[in-house]
Amino acid sequence: MSMTTMRGADAVVRVLQEEGVDTVFGIPGGQMIPIYDALYDTPIRNVLVRHEQGAAHMADGFARASGRVGVCMATSGPGALNLVTGLCNAMMDSIPMVAITGQVTRPAIGRDSFQEADTTGVTIPVTKHNYLVKDEAELADTLREAFYLAATGRPGPVLVDIPGDVARAQVPFNERCIECLDAYEEPLRPVPEDIERAAEMINAAERPLLYIGGGVISANASDLLTELSDKCNLAVVHTLMGKGGFPESRELSMGMPGMHGMAYASHALHECDLMVVIGARFDDRVTGDLSRFSPGTKVIHIDIDAAEIGKVREAHVPIICDARVALEALLPLCRERGRTAWEEHLLQEKQRLPLTYTWDNTGMPPQFVVQKLYEVTQGEAIVTTEVGQNQMWAAQYYKIDRPRHFLSSSGLGTMGFGFPAAIGAQFARPEALVVDIAGDGSIQMNIQEMATAMDFGLPVKICILNNGYLGMVRQWQDLFFDKRYSGVELSARPDWVKLAEAYGAVGFSTDDPEQVVPIMERALEVTDRPVIMDFRVSREENVFPFIPAGQGVENMMLEPPRQ
Amino acid sequence: MAPHRGPASRGPVRNEVNRLKHTISALVKNRPRVLTRIAGLFARRGFNIDSLTVSTTENPNSSRMTIVVDADDATLAQICKQLSKLHDVQRVIDHTGEALVEREICLVKLRPPRERRSEVLQLVDVFRGDVVDIGGDVLTVQVVGGPTKVDAFVSTMQEFGIVEMVRTGKVVLTRGTQAT
Repeated sequence: MSMTTMRGADAVVRVLQEEGVDTVFGIPGGQMIPIYDALYDTPIRNVLVRHEQGAAHMADGFARASGRVGVCMATSGPGALNLVTGLCNAMMDSIPMVAITGQVTRPAIGRDSFQEADTTGVTIPVTKHNYLVKDEAELADTLREAFYLAATGRPGPVLVDIPGDVARAQVPFNERCIECLDAYEEPLRPVPEDIERAAEMINAAERPLLYIGGGVISANASDLLTELSDKCNLAVVHTLMGKGGFPESRELSMGMPGMHGMAYASHALHECDLMVVIGARFDDRVTGDLSRFSPGTKVIHIDIDAAEIGKVREAHVPIICDARVALEALLPLCRERGRTAWEEHLLQEKQRLPLTYTWDNTGMPPQFVVQKLYEVTQGEAIVTTEVGQNQMWAAQYYKIDRPRHFLSSSGLGTMGFGFPAAIGAQFARPEALVVDIAGDGSIQMNIQEMATAMDFGLPVKICILNNGYLGMVRQWQDLFFDKRYSGVELSARPDWVKLAEAYGAVGFSTDDPEQVVPIMERALEVTDRPVIMDFRVSREENVFPFIPAGQGVENMMLEPPRQ
Repeated sequence: MAPHRGPASRGPVRNEVNRLKHTISALVKNRPRVLTRIAGLFARRGFNIDSLTVSTTENPNSSRMTIVVDADDATLAQICKQLSKLHDVQRVIDHTGEALVEREICLVKLRPPRERRSEVLQLVDVFRGDVVDIGGDVLTVQVVGGPTKVDAFVSTMQEFGIVEMVRTGKVVLTRGTQAT
């Protein structure tokens, strides 16, 4: 094995290049100057953000849109700590990310030095793994291992904390050998008997249903999943993370079940006699009250993480491996099956219980705006969302037909995710139309990244459903707290057109339904800078259906309760 | 993910809620923060630790943690699986139902009335304990054994007035050729 030495910072950048990294998101600072110096001479695109949280979400959005590992960087202390929410967000949604943080020099560690924070201590619970590089000889392989761990098994964020003196030191640089890494493991293979049993159960089921999550997308298994559905006429429900894992415009897509899911999807989950769960984890937003969640239904649970099996719901057949590997094994053993009375019933339910909203004199319904966005963009956009009502309306009214086209903070529910994630996605897919469906609350949580989007001339579209409230909390206060609107009114309502223009971007604003489509069409014509579309919508519209937290499908509200 | 052995690896048995003390051995890499990672995992997921010991092993690169948990079967399964996911954990063994050598050390400070000292010494002898220190009117007694024996010793000594007590927590090895 040949061994050379080089500056630590150069070793970091060399590893980034080995790993195929072409874009990094971050902000330098004292301890990161050597690494930023090393970046200067490379073709790696160095995206200077305006707040480190933005960098973490951009790396996350980049990873979701591309399937590659996203990379963010921050300096020691405040910089690194500003990544924490973004790391946790990626952890909850199993997104492959590497964060490189500067640390104070080794002799200064533990002395409350300037800009010192215990970054690895703070980030243990929000990363898949983290490292503090104390021995410069381990720098290159540690960073390689970080990329390996982030991308393999159940993906997740990995942080590497590099003291400033390690970045400046001469370090040995060995050749890349993934199999030699301490963390290396052979990929998991399914147990053939379990695959056979699963196929028998699918072949024998009267009322089978596929319940898919983000695992289908991260395993790039959407095509095989669709093939399975086609071959056996299996209907599909998806989680928020699984949106796009099966084409939603297809007849047998039953949409998203759960708290704000489609009524027919929740009913389908409740009534099926076999659920084939692929890369999903029985989140409480899907199941509600567990004791009433689809009682008696048999479960085949395919997940790459053994700890998900039986964590929430017992599996009759657990299959612990990558969703693509499992589907490859399962497909030939599943017999062709025509549509049965069960599928006919599901399609009738879909007709009987469509999503609805009403027009009244309170203003433009936000659902209408999302519907029009879907039509104007012909369902082709990469959609990111913020969190709250905007996210649920996006999930309900913007149908997604392809994987990696719906990027939403699903597990952590991070307001402020959508816009930086859209920037990350636009870097990953420069030719794609990227739209952030936002609320006026969420968008203000990372609005500073307008400057980043301007720096790179990114034509990201921001579609604000502007109701002047933290709408989802207001909805709960409306329905369960006697309309006591405590701490939810966003009284100072910025002029979004002026705000866009202040950054040099383009802004539109309207409360007129007639103007919605023309504004969207004009926004799509902008190709060199971000666009804010401010749609002033009905202020107190609520999201329905609604199964209140901890309740069962029989408690679903389909429309506002009669006063 | 690290391999793990034992009943918990066969998956949860939801209908058999069996809340008991279970002993788990985790072989871990001798890395900074490994204890923090494990303690943090228990705290974050709401698992209860009864006792935890960390020690060196025959291999300088590994440490062995012996963890006694109070958990039902499903929780025990989760504990083992979540532990196995930590990158620094090399092997996890749930010892439920296994033949084990179990030992812990207990030190007890007693202040018995002068006229009952010989009675205490006799009882210490019965438990094969040792008086390891005498200072003023205080005796410090050491007893070594499995948890049942140590529990019995402690409850026997209670009537003489325990001034202070410390227990190391249990360490175990599986009997015979089976690796721990």
